[in-house]
Amino acid sequence: MSVITIERKVLEKNDEIASANRELLHAHGLLTVNMVSSPGAGKTTILERTLERIADRVPVGVIEGDVQTDLDAQRVARYRVPAIQIVTRGGCHLEAALVRDALRNLDLGAIRLLIIENVGNLVCPSNYDLGEDFKIVVASTAEGDDKPLKYPAMFRNASVLLVNKVDLLPYLDCSIDRLTSNALKINPSLQVFKMSARTGEGLDAWCDWLVAQTPHTGTGT
Amino acid sequence: MHELSIAQSILDIAERHLPPGDNTRVAVVRVRVGQLSGVVPESLEFCFSAIVPGTRLEGASLVIERVPLTGSCPSCGHTGPLPDSLPFCPVCGEAVTVLSGNELHVAEMELQE
Repeated sequence: MSVITIERKVLEKNDEIASANRELLHAHGLLTVNMVSSPGAGKTTILERTLERIADRVPVGVIEGDVQTDLDAQRVARYRVPAIQIVTRGGCHLEAALVRDALRNLDLGAIRLLIIENVGNLVCPSNYDLGEDFKIVVASTAEGDDKPLKYPAMFRNASVLLVNKVDLLPYLDCSIDRLTSNALKINPSLQVFKMSARTGEGLDAWCDWLVAQTPHTGTGT
Repeated sequence: MHELSIAQSILDIAERHLPPGDNTRVAVVRVRVGQLSGVVPESLEFCFSAIVPGTRLEGASLVIERVPLTGSCPSCGHTGPLPDSLPFCPVCGEAVTVLSGNELHVAEMELQE
């Protein structure tokens, strides 16, 4: 009985395309981030508030991922940044091939920061590398302070945590200290920013940090 | 997670590693599925069996080695399985370095005689 040794990762095809995406993005001197969260945590609103504050400091491009509609890309387009909408029609996460195709429709020489807003889903996106430099996980206070313990893979695979909807804390049983300490237990190297996209609290600190991470020079200056 | 598309990826990888020619048939495909991979082994077996008819892997069984979540604690030095799928040391409670449990690999296949 002959045995053929294979030893390949099942998701290697996605990983190969993601590496090619990463190489292309770096060749243009871009910082690329992948925003993930449960549906309704506030990714798009945070993105809008972020674009308001940084679009005239750093040339930004956006890739939106949704199951249906281009509503999010329409919201983002109001800030006069190039935005590509990927509609997955049932797919619950973005994959590297979808991002590769979207990149063909973006002038990468004209931007220095690319923000990918993933489909709202705290499970599957953690397994699918898109070619980003790091993941940003958004968790809202309304989801409870044990969220990081229930979705450890996503919190471990992210580099930044945005805790949104802090304005709702007086109406919730969520302890922001417990949420933060749970997240840091899962991933001690998480950068944590607390904010309310609705009131604007905490947005400036987050935006200043993001601008500081973005390369000063690239083919897009 | 997406057991059907994962089964398809396993099938694609196995087919790519078959020797050329039409008469080789596969008896077993062995995969390693980690406890933290998000994949449900029973669903994966079911999906694999549903998609192999009509392919060169028709009749092949999928044998899944479940890889437990293990870690090593940088604080107290304990190394071993992690209970409750949480990345904390069962001895001192600190965060551990995960050693195994994230695998989703096609290991090998056995050909039919």
